[in-house]
Amino acid sequence: MANKFIVSPAPHVQSAQSTARIMRDVVIALIPALIVSTVVFGANVLWITALSVFCCMLFEYLIQRFLCEGANTLPNFSAVVTGVLLAFNLPASIPWWIVVIGAFVAIAVAKMTFGGLGKNPFNPALVGRVFLLIAYPVQMTSFPMPANGSFDALSGATALAAVKHKLAAADAVGVQDLLLGNMPGSLGEVAAAALLLGFVYLLWRKVITWHIPVTILATMAVFAFVVALSRGDEGAMLWQFPLFHVLAGGALLGAIFMATDYSTSPMTVKGGVIFAVGIGVITMCIRLWGAYPEGMSFAILVMNAVVPLINKYVKPKRFGLK
Amino acid sequence: MEVLLFTILTLCALGVLAAVVLYFVARKFRVEEDPRIDEVEKMLPGANCGGCGFAGCRGMADALVKRDDISALFCPVGGSACMKSVADYLGKAAPEKEPQVATVRCGGTCAKRPRTNEFDGAASCAVASALYVGETGCSFGCLGYGDCVAVCAFDAIRINPETGLPEVDADKCTACGACVKACPKGIIELRKKWPKNRAVYVSCVSKDKGAVVMKACKAGCIGCGKCAKVCPFGAITVENNLAYIDPQKCKLCRKCENECPTGAIRLVGMEPLPKEPKAPAAPKAAPEKPAAAPKAAEAAAKQVKAE
Amino acid sequence: MKTFPIGGVHPSENKLSGAKPIEVLPLPDVVTIPLSQHIGAPAVAKVAKGDKVLTGQLIAEAGSFMSANIHSPISGTVTSVDLVPNGQGLRQPMITIKREGDEWAEGIDRSETLVRECDLPAQEIIARIKAAGIVGMGGATFPAHVKLSVPPGKKAEVLIINGVECEPYLTSDHRMMLEHGEEILVGVTILMKALGVQRAVIGIENNKPDAIAHLKGLAGRYAGIEVMPLKVQYPQGGEKQLIAAVTGRQVPPPPALPIDVGAVVCNASTTYAVYRAVQKNMPLIERVVTITGKRLTAPKNLLTRMGTPVLTLIVAAGGLPEGDVKVINGGPMMGRAMVNLDSPVTKGCSGITVMSGRDAVRNEAGSCIKCAKCVAACPMGLEPYYLSKMARRKNWEVLEEQMITSCIECGCCQFSCPSYLPLLDFIRLGKQAVMGIIRARAAAAAPKK
Repeated sequence: MANKFIVSPAPHVQSAQSTARIMRDVVIALIPALIVSTVVFGANVLWITALSVFCCMLFEYLIQRFLCEGANTLPNFSAVVTGVLLAFNLPASIPWWIVVIGAFVAIAVAKMTFGGLGKNPFNPALVGRVFLLIAYPVQMTSFPMPANGSFDALSGATALAAVKHKLAAADAVGVQDLLLGNMPGSLGEVAAAALLLGFVYLLWRKVITWHIPVTILATMAVFAFVVALSRGDEGAMLWQFPLFHVLAGGALLGAIFMATDYSTSPMTVKGGVIFAVGIGVITMCIRLWGAYPEGMSFAILVMNAVVPLINKYVKPKRFGLK
Repeated sequence: MEVLLFTILTLCALGVLAAVVLYFVARKFRVEEDPRIDEVEKMLPGANCGGCGFAGCRGMADALVKRDDISALFCPVGGSACMKSVADYLGKAAPEKEPQVATVRCGGTCAKRPRTNEFDGAASCAVASALYVGETGCSFGCLGYGDCVAVCAFDAIRINPETGLPEVDADKCTACGACVKACPKGIIELRKKWPKNRAVYVSCVSKDKGAVVMKACKAGCIGCGKCAKVCPFGAITVENNLAYIDPQKCKLCRKCENECPTGAIRLVGMEPLPKEPKAPAAPKAAPEKPAAAPKAAEAAAKQVKAE
Repeated sequence: MKTFPIGGVHPSENKLSGAKPIEVLPLPDVVTIPLSQHIGAPAVAKVAKGDKVLTGQLIAEAGSFMSANIHSPISGTVTSVDLVPNGQGLRQPMITIKREGDEWAEGIDRSETLVRECDLPAQEIIARIKAAGIVGMGGATFPAHVKLSVPPGKKAEVLIINGVECEPYLTSDHRMMLEHGEEILVGVTILMKALGVQRAVIGIENNKPDAIAHLKGLAGRYAGIEVMPLKVQYPQGGEKQLIAAVTGRQVPPPPALPIDVGAVVCNASTTYAVYRAVQKNMPLIERVVTITGKRLTAPKNLLTRMGTPVLTLIVAAGGLPEGDVKVINGGPMMGRAMVNLDSPVTKGCSGITVMSGRDAVRNEAGSCIKCAKCVAACPMGLEPYYLSKMARRKNWEVLEEQMITSCIECGCCQFSCPSYLPLLDFIRLGKQAVMGIIRARAAAAAPKK
């Protein structure tokens, strides 16, 4: 017979979404922020991002080639996503060797030690970032001033740091600047508008659902609003303070791209909301009362650790059960 | 300095407190256990394979200590020697079992059993078996996805890529029976283990009629019954178009193998008997033959033993 | 627009034969009739080799209450009652009949004239349905008379007619509703009478606007029948999903049945068969089969006698395309792949889907990335990734606790998996194992009473 008969159990069709497509979509969603960042901080942004991506892919390849047997996961772009996200968490003035170390920690320590894609309990890019933050605090917190894009410019404090250290009031940084990235900060966190554009793209491509990002940001806003109320703020500050916290720092980058990382977020919508509320509360606590001006990374990592517990106890609503 | 002192003192106090709590908790919730269980567990092989029917060696040790009659318990991995030492320690009668080995009863190699389709589901015999006949026309034969290999804790069974069939390394096999349970087709059987890993068995489990078997596989048992007729020990029965050699009655005389038209009867570790030329005076000798045959066979079996 | 509350997916519809009117396939020369074409006990053969049979004659009788009669789809001579390989190559008892002419058994009205009135009492209606050997023709093949015999203490409130046809590719129910709408509506009134309900809802997915409009136009003449358009969402044709979509009530987990929420569901084609059985005394000996596939030259809907070899249908649709093919009995979401094309069309065969080339082969599986798309897609609110993992580990206790028996094997999880994992392959195994354990437990508990 000219035919070869193929047999398999049902189903016999597959949705068009593949792991590679999902990861590619995440990279595409990050491109607007990359463009804005390049405009703000100059071409060095591209170089850091490229280096980070290259190192992540290289480490993943080497580990898979020589250390653990298993399928090659390079073609599915997950290392690219980690690389871009790691770069987005670094200041534009970072020395190149710190990027390499960060990529190594992210891929080798945070991802591959646990078995690679889908098995890592903590977000690799964030582990890389937090490691660098603790190991190289000076380089990691020296942010070049934007505007002229020159790296010889004076290092400035981020908006959050400025507010934290009482250098400025929360309303000193305009909403417009926060949206368009006209402020110092790490690569990916400076342009709220570009990140929101990426969010819309991810929603449209059904890569993520709105629950986790929106819940995180809403929690932060409510938290900030209550704090503002309790300390007796009035008038414009009542909405400016929450808005500032939602737009400033890594809130959007973390909420949209980091907290929604598949393997480190809960499997159910209900669980995702619990997870997101936790992130929002911890972030605000660190921002307002902790030692660091920014708490998003720590908050996500802390809640990452809770995810297995959430998955164990928060089950989806079963059909037919009250 | 004051801070340092305070910190050290606090930590020490915490440590003492925790130790006290732990001590009382350990006292309160202590489980009294027969110390012999630990000892017996040490005597067992520690493979935790489940071949005894318990979840692990600990469960087996528990049962060995607590039950008065342990004749029903047996560790296939440790074998009689292990059971004897345990029984001696406990002062109970040792259960005995003759050594066994897992035997794959399918001869449908890639060459003998043509593939008619390609299975594209999860590479699992259980999945394929639940779905359909398999990649060949034989609905009884080995599917070859290695569910038996996956469960073997002793690396004793492997798929031969040339034949597509699993092969048992009799030296490594402990007859724990995990593969027997894993095979959805019931192809693997624990059979008596002869010295030098010799074996004679029907390498087919197809209950289809002869014509159907032949269409699907050139190595299948067609239930012709020639082997049963020639067996001097009455070890072979044919039921549902399938011959079966009783391992307790078989003495490895190899006569059946010569008769089998499809080669479904397999010899392991032995040369086949030389093919006898057809007896010219067959009708005449017929009445005597049954008497003579067992003798010859006995001799052959003895020869095997002697080796 | 209404749909079911949890999960679901929307695969490409590919209704290639939706606009093709039903064609009549010429009578086959030989038919093979499996004794088990339904859920429950196999039927018992009433004929032996050499017997002459007439079209519509009873050739196998229901083996128990949960079983169904089988009638001869052609007239001729029984050539064997023996084990014959089915579509999956597994040998099952079947009756083989060689056709001679076209002689019909007495008492069957073969005319097309519509008979609206039905004065029979409920018991008589159910008896006729049972005699005609009617089973669920959507694929579940549940004997219809069992479903209609409401157990004491339970009460049916609403009859739901399943015109959803959520499986991609398949169009047989769609064509039936368009071409035999009036008969189906009469069938609905008969079923309502059998069940003693005042309300019936015909659920049709919104991708069949012509069928919705047609039936809405006709339904005005019949009291208590409502045509309800539903949002296109797979697996809306699943009994529990359809009840939830139409009534908003969720059938509790097994062993609860639809009747526990007062609903009885009947497929549109089955309703037509009920009409013919009760009004025309016509047993279930033929059905409409969609024969479809992207590379078939002529996908179509064929009125086919039961027992016709599947290959005959494929040839009628232009023959198999070259290269890799996967021939599926049913649609691509739940259908069973076949290896034996000489196997017959049965009562539950709503379509033959031929996947070819790249479509015939699964994508290579990767590793789970915990994207939770399977959890979101599961219409039963289960966690397929977890069930599949536990089934691989044979952890039956956890599987039972995680309600694996609720799984309807719709395939949404595996369809939505971006890593192409064979989730359902293993869940199905786990479900079978757990159901076996539950049955064994029930059997062990029974004698103690």
